[in-house]
Amino acid sequence: MNNKPQPNYRDNEGTPYFSFFLSELKPKGKIFTLFNVISVPVILLGIALIILRFWKGLGAITNLSQDVPWGLWIGFDVVTGVAFAGGAYVLTFMVYILNMKKYKSIVRVTVLNGFLAYAFYTGALLLDLGRPWNVVNPIIGNNFGASSVLFLVAWHFLLYMLAELFEFSPAIAEWLGARKAARILSGLTVGAVILGITLSSLHQSGLGALYLMCKDKIHPLWYSEFLPILFLVSSVFAGLSMVIFEGSISQKVFNDQISAEHRKEHDNVVHGLSKVCALAMFAYLFLQFLVFIHGEHWELLNTGMGHWFLLEMLGFVLVPMILFFYSYRKYNLMAVRIAAILTMIGIILNRLNVTVIGFRWDAAVRYVPSWMEIVVTFAVIFTELWIFRWIVRRMPVLRNSPVWAQESGH
Amino acid sequence: MGFDRRDFFKTMCVAGITLAAGKSFGEATSGKEPVEFQGMLYDSTRCLGCRACERVCAKAHNLPEPQDELKAGVLRKTSETQRSVINNFITSKGEVFARKSCMHCNEPACTAACLTEAMYKTKEGPVIWRGEKCMGCRYCMVSCPFDVPKFEFHSNNPKIQKCDLCYDRIKEGKLPACAEACPGDALTFGTRRELIAEARKRIFENPKDYVNQIYGEEVAGGTGLLYLAPAPFSELGFNPKLQTSSYPALTKGFLYSVPSVDVLLPPLLLAIYEATKTNQKDEDNE
Ligand code: SF4
Ligand code: SF4
Repeated sequence: MNNKPQPNYRDNEGTPYFSFFLSELKPKGKIFTLFNVISVPVILLGIALIILRFWKGLGAITNLSQDVPWGLWIGFDVVTGVAFAGGAYVLTFMVYILNMKKYKSIVRVTVLNGFLAYAFYTGALLLDLGRPWNVVNPIIGNNFGASSVLFLVAWHFLLYMLAELFEFSPAIAEWLGARKAARILSGLTVGAVILGITLSSLHQSGLGALYLMCKDKIHPLWYSEFLPILFLVSSVFAGLSMVIFEGSISQKVFNDQISAEHRKEHDNVVHGLSKVCALAMFAYLFLQFLVFIHGEHWELLNTGMGHWFLLEMLGFVLVPMILFFYSYRKYNLMAVRIAAILTMIGIILNRLNVTVIGFRWDAAVRYVPSWMEIVVTFAVIFTELWIFRWIVRRMPVLRNSPVWAQESGH
Repeated sequence: MGFDRRDFFKTMCVAGITLAAGKSFGEATSGKEPVEFQGMLYDSTRCLGCRACERVCAKAHNLPEPQDELKAGVLRKTSETQRSVINNFITSKGEVFARKSCMHCNEPACTAACLTEAMYKTKEGPVIWRGEKCMGCRYCMVSCPFDVPKFEFHSNNPKIQKCDLCYDRIKEGKLPACAEACPGDALTFGTRRELIAEARKRIFENPKDYVNQIYGEEVAGGTGLLYLAPAPFSELGFNPKLQTSSYPALTKGFLYSVPSVDVLLPPLLLAIYEATKTNQKDEDNE
């Protein structure tokens, strides 16, 4: 452990931006960490595979087929990843709109996480496009497929990234020592937050709505006309579980960034979030139950897919929900962490069940992702973590804002 | 129940719809046909299984000539190199040929899905794909209930392949290549209305030769391709689960609610923000 009193970070105090920026480009921290040793080869391999993909076509590295045109990259990277990034809109809602001060200390890191998640998942989306050079068509407006769910999702994605960038921008300004800009940008935060929450509620549900036309392709236990609302509600606890999970890791990895006071607060924050998760999960289970009753699929429960469905609902929603309630009553942080991990597994299961596992469940040849699709997925995640680490080591994300910024207050 | 909900959305969101960018969502699915849609009738009882249509289809669209053999009971599928196929099904009425290609739906799921309008329902009826707009997202494939669009997974400039009813030929006043080539007169090109009348007539005149159903008249909200057959369609490779109402209608509730949420949620959030802000000032004063 590196417990040197002198911190290896500082915010800019008057150096010209450019030379400050150059000096900040240097790596900080140890080079041969376990994470680096694993991630670098994966990222390099991922890049090679991506080159192969653009050279030989999607079929060269994916197992996609005419029957299953969307696989792991959409089902996991995009649909699951965006659910996990939901923490940002939930937390900004709690902190800025409901004015729950307690959670303020983790807003920045959550928003940063959310922003990077979106930036990289959109990147992953580009990899999946067969004709990416036409991606500007629906954006610059020469072809508006306005009755397309995907069109709306794409636009709500893009605008939301912009909103998150605004929400995060004060941290960049503080890092650069741009006082005036920091003041102006923090003045925009509430506006960006309101926009961000609206856009999020629509694209979170929109990801579910994407599959509404697949009525005959998705297993009836997962398909329902309520997919959008189910996706929205589950994004609340998906996002917060990610916040809890990510927080418990950051506390260790970025130990030097976090003040003693924040560390103490963090337990309280996690504890509070466990209650929100528990309630959201309760609402979600109730909805799932209603949908199930409405669908009248009793006879399907006693099939292979039915057991799988029960495992998802009971093992990875009901159990973590009870754990969240329990840990809230008993103030048991270990239980919260376990519950968060179980919840995250449940979300991965749910999103994959809709998009990959339950999609064409009756097909003769099932889609299983190729190892190359998996490597590229990990390469995307690792690259995102690299950028995340780079920013956290430099900007006031986990640590306190510089004194001048705190004084001008916002 | 579904319909009540949709009506509810409709009334609730009138304000929202008027704000929606571009064309109204109702337009494509109103069921009115501004120009009469053209389509094609395939009469399975007249089909010889000679596959002349397959060969001219390949030629007309620069695709390789199909080499695989047609065997009774072995299902062949359309693919990125084959826009239409003939199959020989073993049914309760003996061996029956059936053709498969794009249905040219009245309210196509693929065009509703496409975010670039690359998949496009022409006013004449054929559903065409326009490469200069397509971004290759494959959402059309995910959405089409008949699994028609095919994607060239092994190309770095991939196209979506599907039957376009020879749109270019139709515009020149010619017949689709397949209809022109068919020696048994199994493929008839015409307006959808005429074709339905013709199909009814055939069923009426020879009730023993046909099941009493025109496939395509109702399925998925009606399609431009219509089928007559001697055996139930579920035995001819047609998915019996498909709904009769249109597929894009499934997303309407969501699409309608988007503009209203976009418009109504921000003021609500602002109001809560203001409310909690004053609260906090009161606390500070105390
Ligand atoms: S059959 Fe499929 S591809 Fe053809 S028009 Fe209908 S939805 Fe589109
Ligand atoms: S693949 Fe092309 S035609 Fe199909 S939905 Fe995407 S953009 Fe439209």
